[in-house]
Amino acid sequence: MAPESTSPLRRLLATREASVVGALIVTVIAASFWIEGFATGRNTGFLILDIAAIALIALPMTLIVITGEIDLSVASTLGLTSAVMGQLWVMGLPLETIVPLCVVLGAVLGAVNGLLVTVAGLPSLAVTIGTMALYRGLAYVVLGDRAVADFPFSWTGGATARIGETQIPWVVLLVIGLAVVFGVVLHATPVGRALYAIGNNDEAARFSGISVRMTKLWLFVASGAVSAVAGVFWTLQYSSARADNAAGLELSVVAAVLLGGVSIFGGSGALAGVIGGVLLLGTIRNALQLADVSSDTLSIVTGLLLVISVVAPNVVTRLKERRRATAPPPDRAAADSSPSSSPTVPAPSKR
Amino acid sequence: MFRSRMTRGIAAGAAAGLLLAVSACGGTTRGDEEEAAETGAVGEADPNAEIPEGLAVSYLPKQLNNPYFTFANTGGSEVAEELGAEFKEVGPSEANASSQVSYINTLSQQGSDVIVLAANDPNAVCSALNSARQAGAKVVTYDSDTAPECRDAFVNQASAEGLAKVQVEMIAEQIDGEGEIAFLSATPNATNQNLWLELMEEELSSNPDYEGIEVVDTVYGNDDDQKSFQEMQGLLQTHPDLKGVVSPTTVGLAAAARYVSDSEFKGEVAVTGLGTPNQMREYVENGTVEEFALWNPKDMAYLAGYTGAALAAGQITGEQGQTFTAGRLGDYEIGENGEIVLGEPTRFNADNIDDYDF
Repeated sequence: MAPESTSPLRRLLATREASVVGALIVTVIAASFWIEGFATGRNTGFLILDIAAIALIALPMTLIVITGEIDLSVASTLGLTSAVMGQLWVMGLPLETIVPLCVVLGAVLGAVNGLLVTVAGLPSLAVTIGTMALYRGLAYVVLGDRAVADFPFSWTGGATARIGETQIPWVVLLVIGLAVVFGVVLHATPVGRALYAIGNNDEAARFSGISVRMTKLWLFVASGAVSAVAGVFWTLQYSSARADNAAGLELSVVAAVLLGGVSIFGGSGALAGVIGGVLLLGTIRNALQLADVSSDTLSIVTGLLLVISVVAPNVVTRLKERRRATAPPPDRAAADSSPSSSPTVPAPSKR
Repeated sequence: MFRSRMTRGIAAGAAAGLLLAVSACGGTTRGDEEEAAETGAVGEADPNAEIPEGLAVSYLPKQLNNPYFTFANTGGSEVAEELGAEFKEVGPSEANASSQVSYINTLSQQGSDVIVLAANDPNAVCSALNSARQAGAKVVTYDSDTAPECRDAFVNQASAEGLAKVQVEMIAEQIDGEGEIAFLSATPNATNQNLWLELMEEELSSNPDYEGIEVVDTVYGNDDDQKSFQEMQGLLQTHPDLKGVVSPTTVGLAAAARYVSDSEFKGEVAVTGLGTPNQMREYVENGTVEEFALWNPKDMAYLAGYTGAALAAGQITGEQGQTFTAGRLGDYEIGENGEIVLGEPTRFNADNIDDYDF
C-alpha cells in the first residue's frame, strides 16, 4: 500500500458508486426545490412502488453482470409467473400454496438458463434472449389474452400497504432485506470475491479452484426466483395477472445496473451503486413526469443518461492517461503512475 | 480490503435513507390534509351548480401517439377552451396494463381535478384511481372502462342497439330496401359482433320497412385481413344475386372494400359496416363504399370532459338518472352503473370523411 497517496475518504468519493449516489442526492434536492409535489410522503410512496420490481430484480442481476454474464429473461419470467399465478388461482388453489409454487417455478426457469449457459456452454446473452421469447410465449399459452383480477383485497391491498403511519410501502423492507443478503454475499464472503474473479478472468478463476459453473448456475437460479417474487408482487400490486405483465422491464433493470457503475464486461461494480442507480432512474422518471415532460422526452433523457454513464468513465480514464503522459511532476509521478488496480479499487472495465 | 466496500455501502445506504426520510417527513401532513378535504367534498348532487373556472382536466389515453386518441383528445382541448379549464394530455408510449398507473399517480399528485382515462386493463389501474379519487379527483373513463367501482362515470362510445340500427339503415338505403345481403363478421364467438348481428337480424325481420331484404349468409373473416378478403370473394361467388355486404368489424370492412374495389362488382354490390375513416378513405373516394359508420371519438372525449367537469362542480355524483348538459352535444342522463351513452353513431361519407383523421 506504499504508493497510495490519497486518503480512504478521497478514494471513496472517487468511485462510480459515489458519483451515482451523489447524482441521486443532487437530483432529489433539486427536484424537491423546483418540482411541486415531489417532496411529499405520498409521492415517495408512489415512487417506491414504481421501482420496487426493478430494484428486486436488479439485485441478482448485479451479481450476474459482475461475473460477465447477463439475464435478459427476467421480465418474461415475471410475466410467466404472473400468468401461472392467475391460472392456478382460477383453478381454485389457495394463494398460500400458489406463491411458493411460483417461486419454485421461477427458480426452475432460472435453472434452465443456468444449465444452458454452464453445461451447454452457450453465451448467456443468446440463451436469455431465447428464453425471453420462450417464457413470454409460454405465458400467453397459459393465460392468453385474459386477465385474472379477482385476487382477495387482503392480498392486493397488502401488497401496496404502507408501513405504520408512514407513506412508505412495506415492500421496501423486502427490497432492503434481499439487498442485505445479496450485498453480504457479494462484498463480504469468498463467494463474492469469486464472482469478481470470474468476471475478470474466468479461466484464471477456474484454475484457482473456483467452481465457475456451479457459481453461475446458482446465480441464474437466484435470478429466476427473485424475478418470480417480483412477479407475485407485481400481480398483487396491480391486482391483475396478465401474460404481458412487465414486458420490457429487463431493459430498465439492465439500465439501472449499468448506471449504478457495474461494468458490462464483468469484474467490477458494487451493490450500493446499483441501488443508487435504481433510485436515480426512478427519481428522474418521477420528477420529469411531475414536471409534465412527455413520455417520449422521458425515454430520450433516460437513454442519454445511460449512454453518458457508460461512456463517461472511459473518457475520464483516457483523460487521466493523457495528463499523466504529458505533465509528470517529478515527485508525484511515482505515486500516480502506479497501476490504478490497487486491490481496494475495482479494476477499470476491460476494453 | 472489505472495509472500504462496506464504508461505501453504508454511505449509499445512508443517502437512500436520507431520500426516504426527507420526503416521508415532508409529506405525511400534506397527505392528511388531502384526505380531510375529500371527506368534506362528498355531498348531494346540485344540478344548478356552476362549473368553476380553471379546473385541471387531464386526459390519459391508452397510449400517446395513437391516431385514434390523438384525434379524440382534440375534443378534450375543445372542452377546456369552452370551460376555461386547463387541458393536459399525458400517457405512456406503450399501451400496457400497468404503465398507466404511474401516470395516474402523477396526476393525482399534481392535484388534477378531473382525470379522463381509457384503461388498458380494467383492474390494474383500480387502486391508483381510487387513491386519486380519495385525493379529490373525479375520474371519468372513455372508450375502455375500468371496473365500475374505480371511476365516477363511463362514457360509452355507442350502444349495441344504436350500432345495429345504423348499419341496417345504411344497407337498406344503399340497396334501395330490396335484395339479398350477407354479413362478414369477425370470429364466430366474438361477443360484440354476435350481439350486433343478432340485433340486426331482429331489426330486419321485425321492421316492415325492411321486408324486401333477405339475409342469405353470414361468414367469418376472424378479424384477419387475408381471411376476410377470401371470405368476401367466396360470398360473391356463392351468391350471384347478392346486393350488399355488412361488415361490423373494421378489419372485415376494409378487406371487403379492397376486394370489391378491384373487382367487377364495384358499384354493383354495396359494402358498409363499421370502419375508421383513415382505413376507408380510399374506397369512399373511389366510389366503392358509399357510407359507413362508427362513433366520433372527438365527441366521445368532449362528452367525457363535460362529464368530468359536471362531477367536479357537483352537478352530478354519478348516480343513475342524474342529468347534465354537455356543451354542443346537449343534455345527457346517467344510466345504469354510471354509464353515459354518447348517442347515435356517426356516418362517414364523401361529404364529411375529410374532417376525420383517425
